[in-house]
Amino acid sequence: MASTTTAMPPPLRARASNRFLRVVVNHLATAAAVGSTILVMAPLIAIFMYLLFKGASSLNLAFFTQVPKPVGEVGGGMANSILGSGILLAIASLMGVPIGIAGGIYIAEYGRNKRLANMVRFTADVLNGVPSIVMGIAIYTLIVVPQKHFSALAGGVALGIMMIPTITRTTEEMLLMVPLNVREAALGLGVPNWRSVLSITLRTASPGVITGCMLAFARVAGETAPLLFTAFGNQFWSTSVNQPIAALPLQIFVYALSPYDEWHRLAWAGALVLIVLIVVSVALVRYVAGRGVLKGAS
Amino acid sequence: MAGQADVTQPTDSSASPGAEQSLSPVRAYLLNCGSSSLADRAFSALMLVCALSIFAIVILILVELISGSKLTIQKFGMSFFFGSAWDPVNGNFGALPFIYGTVVSSILALIIAVPLAVGVAIFLTEMCPDWLRGFLAFFTELLAAIPSVVYGLWAIFVMVPLLRQFFYPYLIKSLGWTGIFGGPNYGFGMFSAGVILSIMVLPIISSLTREVMSAVPHAQREAVLALGATRWEMIRMGVLRNARIGIVGAVILGLGRALGETMAVTMVIGNRPEIVRSLLAPAYSMASVIANEFSEASDELYLSALIEIGLALFIVTIIVNALARVLVWAVTRGAPVRGT
Repeated sequence: MASTTTAMPPPLRARASNRFLRVVVNHLATAAAVGSTILVMAPLIAIFMYLLFKGASSLNLAFFTQVPKPVGEVGGGMANSILGSGILLAIASLMGVPIGIAGGIYIAEYGRNKRLANMVRFTADVLNGVPSIVMGIAIYTLIVVPQKHFSALAGGVALGIMMIPTITRTTEEMLLMVPLNVREAALGLGVPNWRSVLSITLRTASPGVITGCMLAFARVAGETAPLLFTAFGNQFWSTSVNQPIAALPLQIFVYALSPYDEWHRLAWAGALVLIVLIVVSVALVRYVAGRGVLKGAS
Repeated sequence: MAGQADVTQPTDSSASPGAEQSLSPVRAYLLNCGSSSLADRAFSALMLVCALSIFAIVILILVELISGSKLTIQKFGMSFFFGSAWDPVNGNFGALPFIYGTVVSSILALIIAVPLAVGVAIFLTEMCPDWLRGFLAFFTELLAAIPSVVYGLWAIFVMVPLLRQFFYPYLIKSLGWTGIFGGPNYGFGMFSAGVILSIMVLPIISSLTREVMSAVPHAQREAVLALGATRWEMIRMGVLRNARIGIVGAVILGLGRALGETMAVTMVIGNRPEIVRSLLAPAYSMASVIANEFSEASDELYLSALIEIGLALFIVTIIVNALARVLVWAVTRGAPVRGT
């Protein structure tokens, strides 16, 4: 730093004169960056810890086994909401996973360098940012209005549509990481192309593809807005696809806004269950992605 | 090459003209041999249909929203977006208070979140020791995955009481004279919505900014350092200047998220359709009015008004997201991926 002489461009050389100031600015900037990280991380960690603490102290067995009690009665749980969320997510996955993976296969295997594939990719990214409540309205006018009642099917479809863009993008990225040699080897053995795509390329990329599906799953698992007027919620056991159904995030929303302490407790417990579900899938994703299954192949 | 092709002679040798741009002679030859069967064509057509379904979804949403909001579009036209009356009983609808609430809360969120997010991204890419980086990156990812309703729950029971008790009285006392921070201290209001939104978009903006900054080649940094720059000068001239378009893209993407955020905002914004000068007063946002009133909307016109708000939200977020993607892609495309 001391020997800054002739080779410097004018702006830097001009400043070399007040080196003290530059050093001070450098330290200030470092402090600002470290400070903002602490400022951001501290409340975030606090949120997380608070959720864990509050949720854990509210959780009990009844939460998993009982349906909501009427106002004023102590106890009750969210068993029907957990089941409802499960049914909704199953419908969503049945719809979103195959279509999403197939879309990803098209972009990566058939559409390389094609304009159409680029447009699909771009649209998927943009669709990812569309507010979920808008998705809810579209499904409401599409399914709920003709059916004339709220239903689990409508909720599941809304969530399924939200899964498609995420899965398409991750599947594509994972397939592109599979080395060309693998495909060539398969084709070289006389395997038809579709077979090679399904059982060689997709199989090689499967940890990554599953990861993508889990991420999409985790994302829609916590979605509330599109369920407000599709699945609608339900205080009782219901497994019918054609009836309104309870969902964990919906129930948390309703209970959080209620004036009863008992319901607040249930809301915290529900939040913890949701968070655990999501943390487990994100951690699993990190683990699978970090193991470098694909890196080893190339 | 030709020898290799001979060795790996495929059994199915009925050829068809190449359906795909070849990447290597071997692959082109083999693809030509393999893609003849009916199954192959059917398979690729099926994949194409699934890929096209993404366009279909966008068009479907657009068509549904437009046809659903026909009534108000015909009745109010553009004045729908400039009127501030929201009177379901008398059938008079104007979306201005909601547009105002959405825009102001999102801008507030960005004002709070952007400097912090960029600071975090700088720390993570340029200064952070390796052992900490993995943890922080994982943690940020985790926070981006926490559902909006859980943030809302936390905001209602922890954040709002804290702000109301410790921060707002101070704000009113010192800045109350401006009128922006005046009025009764409810706790629930525009400013609280902005704060919870900023917490929610922070992980998104900072992780994208980090991605963009990582895409700046190492040689840039080394070149600036070699000229005798301090670390901050290196970051400013070598990294931020190169990544600025991508950072703007990340910020716009965060804006898109903030505009469409529903649950957490609904839970803290106070839900009052008025345009008030004070940021501490209750307000309303486009997404939250839909969330709150949609299933109660009794008559056609009311429903149509809500759907039109949804339509506006859809179009705006599509534009914002498209812009953000173009900017982010402009920076990260073709850049080498650096290990984190």
